[in-house]
Parts: sequence; C-alpha cells; structure tokens
Amino acid sequence: MDIKKAAIAGTLESSDAQVTVEPGSGSVELEIESSVIHQFGRRIRTVVLETLERLQVSDAKVKVVDKGALDCTLKARVECAVFRSADVTEQLPWGGAIR
Amino acid sequence: MFLNAQKPSLIKDPYIYKPDSIMLDLEDAVSENQKDSARYSLYHALKEIDYRGVERVVRINGLDTPHWKEDIRVCVAAGADVIRIAKTESAENVHTIEEHVLAAEREFGHPEGATLLMAALESCRGVLNAVEVCRSSERLIGIALSGGDYTKDLQTSISGTGVELMGARQHIVMAARAEGVQCWDTVFTFLDDMEGFRRETEMIKQMGFDGKSLVNPRQIAVVHEIFTPTQKEIVFAEKVVREIDEKKAMGIGVFMVDGKMIDIAFYDGAKRTIDLAKASGVYEGDL
Repeated sequence: MDIKKAAIAGTLESSDAQVTVEPGSGSVELEIESSVIHQFGRRIRTVVLETLERLQVSDAKVKVVDKGALDCTLKARVECAVFRSADVTEQLPWGGAIR
Repeated sequence: MFLNAQKPSLIKDPYIYKPDSIMLDLEDAVSENQKDSARYSLYHALKEIDYRGVERVVRINGLDTPHWKEDIRVCVAAGADVIRIAKTESAENVHTIEEHVLAAEREFGHPEGATLLMAALESCRGVLNAVEVCRSSERLIGIALSGGDYTKDLQTSISGTGVELMGARQHIVMAARAEGVQCWDTVFTFLDDMEGFRRETEMIKQMGFDGKSLVNPRQIAVVHEIFTPTQKEIVFAEKVVREIDEKKAMGIGVFMVDGKMIDIAFYDGAKRTIDLAKASGVYEGDL
C-alpha cells in the first residue's frame, strides 16, 4: 500500500500506542518511543515491521509512541494509521492483510 | 458488561472480573472519528486475547449509520459469539442484519448460523414490536432494554425509581417468554449508588429478567449474588422435582412440600432453579 498522506491512530493512554505514518523517502524509517524500550523495544520493532510488511508498505516514515501496548494493540494502531493514510474504510481485508 | 472496543486498557483482561458476557462496544462509547480504529482493535482483541470462556458480544452501530456493514464484517471475521443490534425496531431490522451476517459468514468461511444475534430495544416502537423481534430469527438469542434511548423517546428521563421503565420492562419479559428467548435489563448508571443498583437488580430479577447489562466491574458480584439460587431455594427445588416425579407415578397431582401446596405447574420453575444453580457453579446434587 502507498502512504499517500500523514495519518495517525491510537492514543497516549496507558496500554495504548500512538502510531503516525507519513510518506517516506524510499524505504521504511521507524522511530520508537517507549518507557519500556529496553525490555520490549526489539519486540515492538518486530511487530510493527511485520505489520507494515503484511500491508505491503515499503516506503514510509513511521513513529510509534508506546505506552505499554500489547502486540494486538500495536498491530491495530499501525493498520489503522496505514488505512487512514490510504483513505480506505470499507471492505477491509479482515483475515487477509489484517491478521 | 459493556467495554469500549477502542480502549486497550479495558479490553485486554476483563475476564479477571468474571462477567458472564463482555459487550465490546463499537457504538455509543466510540466517537464518530474513531469508528474505524475501534474495528482494528476489536479484530485483534477477539483473535488474540483468550477471554477464558466469557461470552464475547459486540454491539454494532445502528442501521441509520454508515458503519454497520463493516461492523458486521469485522465481527464475523474475528469470530464474535453474538452481535448486538442497536436500535432494533422491527423484525425487518433483524432480517437486514441477518442477511449481511450470512454473507459475511460465507465470505470468511465460517459455518452458516454460527454468529448469534441479540436485539436492543431502544424506542417505543421497538418495545411495542418486541414480540415480532423475538420471533424474527433462529439466530436471535434474546432482547435487551436500552433505557437511556428508550426514555428519551418516551419524552422522560431515568429517575432512579424505575417507574418510567416499568411498562417496557414487563412487556419485554412477556415477549421474551412468549417466544422462548432470553431478556436482559438496561444498565444502571449511578455508579456510586450500589444500594440503588442492588434494589434495581432484585426488582428486575423478580420481574422475570435473565440478567442485567452492566457498565462497571463492581456491579458483577451483586448480579451474581442476586441471580444465584440460595441453598434453601435449591433444596426446595430438588424436593419439588423429586416429589412431582414420584407422585406422578402414583397418580397424585397435588401434594404438600414443606407446608406449600405443589402441583405440576411448579415443575419447570424448580428445574430452572437447578439449572441456574448448575450454571452458577453452586449445585452439588445429582438431578
């Protein structure tokens, strides 16, 4: 999927994550902020990159501000930001690219 | 128990409070500009969180919104146990939802009929049409009163006394019983008034409801306490069932149990008490 415009999803509440996506400059640039970066930074990175890969996003600037989100929340926020940037809100690929 | 599907902190572990059902909300609790976000959150929660046997209901947006079709797709794809139809007013409303649920089951390769429905009655028309709603679909497991919207339609407000809900409550219970589905009462929103909550729960149980919708975990224990049969009730129900079985074989129709006149009309109620005791995990007998 192409990241056509900047989009944001999620909140800064506990157990959530706020994900921002913007058009990239040729590759995926990922920035992560988390109070648990030392314990879970690698895991957060893996989940976010895998989610972007499933969505076929290869050119984007992505920022994640994590507030202790579970994997399922991270995936949900990344997907929401990406589909918002593409203006897609219906006939979503549940069980396909979203899984 | 209602939970905003958009809030990770609410939906990650509600099973610790031991509700019978959780109601993941895509409707009123979710602001209009977060409807999409709530669906992703719902999908992954249902797919990845083990709710440990707690029934997973999803309240979808009403037919008067642009959201309900995608809500149904995500519910079915994620394997929700039950879809709660908001603002149900007629059998036709249920049929419309049912048609889209069936299409989604086919699209996502789920068994046809696996997704159950419950209908929320939130208007005077909906309450008056309760009977046709109850008999509208094989998937429909029950109906629920939504007091906030109903009283708005009635042009009054929730007083805390229950007087404004009395007619709707009794009508809903009668419709549900006539058509053999379940019925649940509306939420109690005065969270600090636990005595008022207890009184209301005792009243709606006495009226015949099967349970109550909740908005806070601290309300769960009160509902369980009130709906769980006491040991005295269980012992009496066992005596009634055994005596009726025994006396029936002897050709006796009316007899006394613990000083109370009993006949066959008491049989189903006694069986129900025992079933409820089993469901509540307090039955130790052998019936």
